[in-house]
Amino acid sequence: MAQETVSNAELLAEASELAPTRQSSLWKDAWRRLVKNKLAVIGMIIIATFFLVAIFAPIIAPYGEAEVVAPELRLAKPSWNFPMGLDQNGRDMFSRMVYGARVSLLVGVVAQLIVVGIGVPLGAIAGFFSGRVDNAIMRTVDVFYAIPQLLLVLLLVNMLGPGMKNIFIAIGITGWVTMARLVRGVMLSNREQEYIKAARVAGASNGYIIMRHMLPNSLTPIVVALTFGIPQAIFIEASLSFVGVGIRPPQPSWGQMVGTGQQYIQSVQHLMLFPCLAIALTMLAFTFFGDGLRDALDVRMNA
Amino acid sequence: MMQFILKRVLWFFPTILAVAGVTFVIMNLTPGSPFQPAGANNLREDVLKQIEKQYGLDKPLPVRFVIYLGKAVRGDFGESYARRPQKVNDIMRRSIPVSLHLGAMALALATVGGLILGVLAAVNQNGIIDYFSSIFAILAFSVPSFVLGILLLLLFVIWIPEWTGWRFFRVGGWDSPRDWILPTIALGAGPFAQLARYTRSSMIDVIRSDYVRTARAKGLAEQKVILKHVLKNALIPVITLIGPLFAALGTGSFFVEQVFRVPGIGKFFVTSMSTKDHPMIMAVVLLYGVFLAVMNLVVDVLYGVIDPRIRLGGE
Repeated sequence: MAQETVSNAELLAEASELAPTRQSSLWKDAWRRLVKNKLAVIGMIIIATFFLVAIFAPIIAPYGEAEVVAPELRLAKPSWNFPMGLDQNGRDMFSRMVYGARVSLLVGVVAQLIVVGIGVPLGAIAGFFSGRVDNAIMRTVDVFYAIPQLLLVLLLVNMLGPGMKNIFIAIGITGWVTMARLVRGVMLSNREQEYIKAARVAGASNGYIIMRHMLPNSLTPIVVALTFGIPQAIFIEASLSFVGVGIRPPQPSWGQMVGTGQQYIQSVQHLMLFPCLAIALTMLAFTFFGDGLRDALDVRMNA
Repeated sequence: MMQFILKRVLWFFPTILAVAGVTFVIMNLTPGSPFQPAGANNLREDVLKQIEKQYGLDKPLPVRFVIYLGKAVRGDFGESYARRPQKVNDIMRRSIPVSLHLGAMALALATVGGLILGVLAAVNQNGIIDYFSSIFAILAFSVPSFVLGILLLLLFVIWIPEWTGWRFFRVGGWDSPRDWILPTIALGAGPFAQLARYTRSSMIDVIRSDYVRTARAKGLAEQKVILKHVLKNALIPVITLIGPLFAALGTGSFFVEQVFRVPGIGKFFVTSMSTKDHPMIMAVVLLYGVFLAVMNLVVDVLYGVIDPRIRLGGE
């Protein structure tokens, strides 16, 4: 009898020792799988560089974001002093590229925060309560889906006026639908799981179940959707700025630099080449990383 | 089955109505009068009011919306504000065929190429073809169409002619393959890659299934297994991709048209919005909205026809 108690206590102790490692093992395992994926690591390195450049832009860039360095050398090709050349106003392209990274990063991150802020709660509510609430939310989602996002963003930015803040808003209020749909789907499939039923039987409130049980279990698809949403937002900003309705000059943005460069394409090409390569590289890095993360977390998505 | 189709068809109308409504409201909330171009001399207040009245802008919003819908249903999209006195219908008639032509070629490239590449990659899973095709797919999938367009433009229209004197490709017109090839590649590459990726993963899922093992076990030729058993089932999820694909082609075409100066509908996309050319904005948005809705409808119905589980088990 006494012996049995001891062994039970031992078992309990062992279990409690195991418990914390178990809890973190999903993310730890995912990380281990992620760093084994070469492309994902390359993507991560590029993204980290991109973040560092964006954050430390004033230290890295030799000149200001709109500083006219040498007006007499306008459109000068890349040289030792100006590794990416000068633009049509004699501004240093390299400095503008560095500050452009900052704009892209801000748009990507802030717009996605808005998307998550609207999409996750609405999706969770729709998926959890179903019925009339679900119907109302999902019909709204359907309408948004009927208009291509870029078109709607164009309309909105045109209404609100150009500038970074309005781009955040426009991408945020058009982009939440994908997130809401995703979260709703996950919620629907989780709702019938045994542990939710158990929580309900134990008397947990709806809010508690959503916050403590269902959202944490929906986290992986949300994280993966985010890694694809950030480049999507960066791409939309670049497209808007490319056609001249995005970031207002003189603040630089890669898309805007490509758009301006198009006017000088016959004589000089470095105005377009560098921002184009930067956009392509950023998109590529996020795809590498997103693909790797999706595989590492073993999330199934239809996209 | 009829009921399933009918339900989907009935959804079409409220969707389009909502799209029109949302656009109409946003458009009219945009500050500034369509007849007062930014930067131009200010018109006298009463003159402006007079012109607006002439175009019916003095009536309340809901009334105007109903009037607009009434005309649009009969196929009359009104007169362009910015290009008075041109009719929106005439502008569309000139530019839509060009955009459709471009879109159709890009779609053909994407579907044929994407399916073939996807199947080859899946059959040679982890082989050399798979390796190169996935690198290619990831590149084409990530790089936005306008960026790819510009890189193609730089390479084939500026640099190669400069280095070699070979001037095959042109921009700014739409008469021959010399104008068509580059925009088609720029527009089609993204959907191409998406289809290839999706087909590959769908094929691999099916290849692992029991009935494929059975088919192999009974001694069926590999080619037959792949074509008859795998491909047929693997294509079902791929069909869902067609809807978003059309959307990507639709909006992508604007930027690609801008890069290669293709005389399609794309250029009216932004100019109509910045000039507050209301009839033109509505026409462009409705065009895309209806097009998308019809395509989604076709996809839904097609999906139901191919996979009985959906129409019987679905909502």
